[in-house]
Amino acid sequence: MQNSIKNNMPISQTSEWTFDLIEKYHVEIERIASNFGLSTYPVQLEIISAEQMMDAYSSVGMPVGYSHWTFGKEFVNTEKNYKRGQMGLAYEIVINSDPCIAYLMEENSLPMQALVIAHAAYGHNSFFKNNYLFTTWTSADSIIDYLLFAKNYIAKCESRYGEEAVENILDSCHALKNFGVDRYKRPPKLSLQEEKNRQQERSDYLQSQVNELWRTIPDKEQNNENSTPARYPSEPQENILYFIEKHAPLLEPWQREIVRIVRKISQYFYPQRQTQVMNEGWATFWHYTILNQLYDEGLCTDGFMMEFLQSHTNVVAQPGFDSPHYSGINPYALGFNMMTDIRRICEKPTNEDREWLPDIAGSDWNETMHFAMRNFKDESFIGQYLSPKLMRDFKLFAITDDDRNRKIEVSAIHDNSGYQNVRSTLSEQYNLGSNEPNIQVYNVDAKGDRSLTLRHTQYLRRPLDKSAYEVIKHVARLWGFDVKLESIDEKEKIIKTFECSPPKY
Amino acid sequence: MTQIVDRRLNGKNKSAVNRQKFLRRFRKQIKKSIENVIAERSVTDLDKGEKVSIPQKDTSEPFFHHGQGGHRDMVHPGNKEFHQGDTIPRPQSGAQGNGSEASDSGEGEDDFIFELSREEFLQFFFEDLELPNLVKTKLSTITETKKVRAGHTSEGIPSNINVVRSLTGAMGRRIALRSPYKKELQKIDAELNDLLKRHNESDQIIIDLRDRIKHLKNKIRRIPFIDSFDLRYDNRINQPIPTTQAVMFCIMDVSGSMGREEKDIAKRFFMLLYLFLTRTYEKIHIVFISHHTVASEVDEETFFYSRETGGTVVSSALKLMASIIQDRYSSNDWNIYAAQASDGDNWHNDSKICINLLNKNIMPYMQYYSYIEITPDQHQNLWEEYTRIQTNWDNFAMKKIEKISDIYPVFRKLFEKHDV
Repeated sequence: MQNSIKNNMPISQTSEWTFDLIEKYHVEIERIASNFGLSTYPVQLEIISAEQMMDAYSSVGMPVGYSHWTFGKEFVNTEKNYKRGQMGLAYEIVINSDPCIAYLMEENSLPMQALVIAHAAYGHNSFFKNNYLFTTWTSADSIIDYLLFAKNYIAKCESRYGEEAVENILDSCHALKNFGVDRYKRPPKLSLQEEKNRQQERSDYLQSQVNELWRTIPDKEQNNENSTPARYPSEPQENILYFIEKHAPLLEPWQREIVRIVRKISQYFYPQRQTQVMNEGWATFWHYTILNQLYDEGLCTDGFMMEFLQSHTNVVAQPGFDSPHYSGINPYALGFNMMTDIRRICEKPTNEDREWLPDIAGSDWNETMHFAMRNFKDESFIGQYLSPKLMRDFKLFAITDDDRNRKIEVSAIHDNSGYQNVRSTLSEQYNLGSNEPNIQVYNVDAKGDRSLTLRHTQYLRRPLDKSAYEVIKHVARLWGFDVKLESIDEKEKIIKTFECSPPKY
Repeated sequence: MTQIVDRRLNGKNKSAVNRQKFLRRFRKQIKKSIENVIAERSVTDLDKGEKVSIPQKDTSEPFFHHGQGGHRDMVHPGNKEFHQGDTIPRPQSGAQGNGSEASDSGEGEDDFIFELSREEFLQFFFEDLELPNLVKTKLSTITETKKVRAGHTSEGIPSNINVVRSLTGAMGRRIALRSPYKKELQKIDAELNDLLKRHNESDQIIIDLRDRIKHLKNKIRRIPFIDSFDLRYDNRINQPIPTTQAVMFCIMDVSGSMGREEKDIAKRFFMLLYLFLTRTYEKIHIVFISHHTVASEVDEETFFYSRETGGTVVSSALKLMASIIQDRYSSNDWNIYAAQASDGDNWHNDSKICINLLNKNIMPYMQYYSYIEITPDQHQNLWEEYTRIQTNWDNFAMKKIEKISDIYPVFRKLFEKHDV
């Protein structure tokens, strides 16, 4: 960069942080980041204690959240692991909000603080601001307001209807939270004020709609036709929580509002679940690049760099499948290496790269990476950019596990005939749509016993886990009448049915 | 311009509510775990937190996900020797895949282990004993106070006047107030002596000086000997006193008729007494005396876990206790508590001897003696005799206990006594 000056004095010699030093590092990191063209929300750094970090961890990283025992469980768990030293809390928590809030833990050394600033406050921050999933599906400017609304609303319900009643509803909603997202339709923006204003209207209106569905006075036309009754809903609905919020006959207005809160928060996290590799890879790439730039400019010492590199190396380590430490592919490792690889392909493409990735080989690396960051999610990102070289570096191999065969087959390895297969298999592995069972609202027996039928369409003959029965109980609690879950195979034949009646009070 | 916010000071313990909810939700499992813990804990070891483990599957939250089976393609890193088309035997349950699949055997799942704080632990402990809130708070904060001297104040009641201090103050004040007059007096005296060499007594200047001297002496005389603000009162404040030391005798019948369950009840009772004593005393000795036909002083392990056979002679234990009191715990220095647990069985001629022993050699030294009879059956002869003790001595309590929750009534008596 043009204003990089050699013979700079390092900002600090110590590894103890002070507000002053953090500010100085931050100024430099901000300068470097903007020179690289990172566009971010304004940054707000917050110093917190280890205990507060555990608080934040256990409430899925949100600064405010409604209270529920599951967060207590998480806290107890986090605390236990932290005390045993199994888990460093060094790494970042950053909130997708405007301004972007990044937490710095007071126990961290100065190099770690700088690392977190670069990683979270610039890496993740720019990802939140620019990735298409986040810009389309989340509203960074209003999430904190909404969480505050949710927290207060649920607290109000607890004092009015009793903690247990609220807990029951929340338990049931949590069981379905992955089925409370719209995958194709952008939800309206969230905002505290509107939410409050609309909430009353909505509850009144909803109640009248529910009544519509359960009208008992027969219509004349329906009497004279005996053909198969139309299903309700006429098209299957993928957003089960939404369907329950709008149509469950027995829910009170406040219960509907709680269903809505869980649904909205789940929706907010949906993009994060789809972009883990990219998001972490992007942030890791930038902390690595920015801190190296700091070092090149002489702004930090060798000791600083050693500490940073040690931590960085731990984060991007990828144990092999046969290692006792192996627990799947490390998103930091895969993401960081893919990002670095893209830069390599742009700057020094080999013939192989030109053949496999002709579009980007030799292009401007920064522009190409920004393009990738903006327009992809994990599934498509891997499908598009995973290079043969990286597959060799990771020694990736694909296996096929089919319960009709006695053994597992190695379907492809990192060689010429296997690259395509490995890449598409890995890409598919990050497709939430096929990882989660496909369950949709299929029918409501509006004229009969009001039972709700869900349909699980099997994908590659994968069965539902037995725990589905437990989930059905929760659905029944919300629906208030019998609930049936049918698993159907490719030929639309029902092969398994779970049934449950609502609990009697 | 970015800002750095220091949040360390606010929002501590934000998860406390969630933690409470978690504990409430899994009350049943935690209580079960605590019951096991209590069985393993020493009597003196009650007053701290505890690691609690509850089954993992109870705390997990269900969600729709795929089970095993069907067709699956996966990518793993770190290939060493595989080629395309190789086959691998399927690993036993759950080990394949990405590691997040739970095994379907249902066995071997880790327990969810976490730490209860001391307060939380005691809360669960008390809950089981059905102690009312009043007692719980008493248990956690019994402090006696003593008036101690704490310097002096300028306000108080006449009986607290500190004479020496007040007079010392008065004297100081007098000296201080006199000094300007005295200085002047000395000066005038010197002047007078000087003038007398040259003047007569009747000269105006001498008369003036004499008047001045008289005036000054008057002033000095008029300084009060003692004034209200000289008064100092002894100050006394309440200071919590660590009540010094106590000894607790645990006497238990270990003859064949006391089973594991009875002993467990006895143990709870001893624990509770110990806990109560730790609130009041700094130093507590515990003496375990077990008896069947003969009594012996034993360690805790033997006390709760050894089993003897044969008959029961209660007086042997009381004799031993009396002699231990004589030898080691002369009652001026020690607060003596005793808890006796038995199933009520006694050799019938022995009960009279017990009464004598208690009346003469034991009860006079006791702060409190509690007897619990653990039996679902009819009272035995020891009970009848002990009833007479109860009428004679206020500090004797007895109660029949059939199940754990019965322990409390005995304790209520104990606390009633301390209320006065």
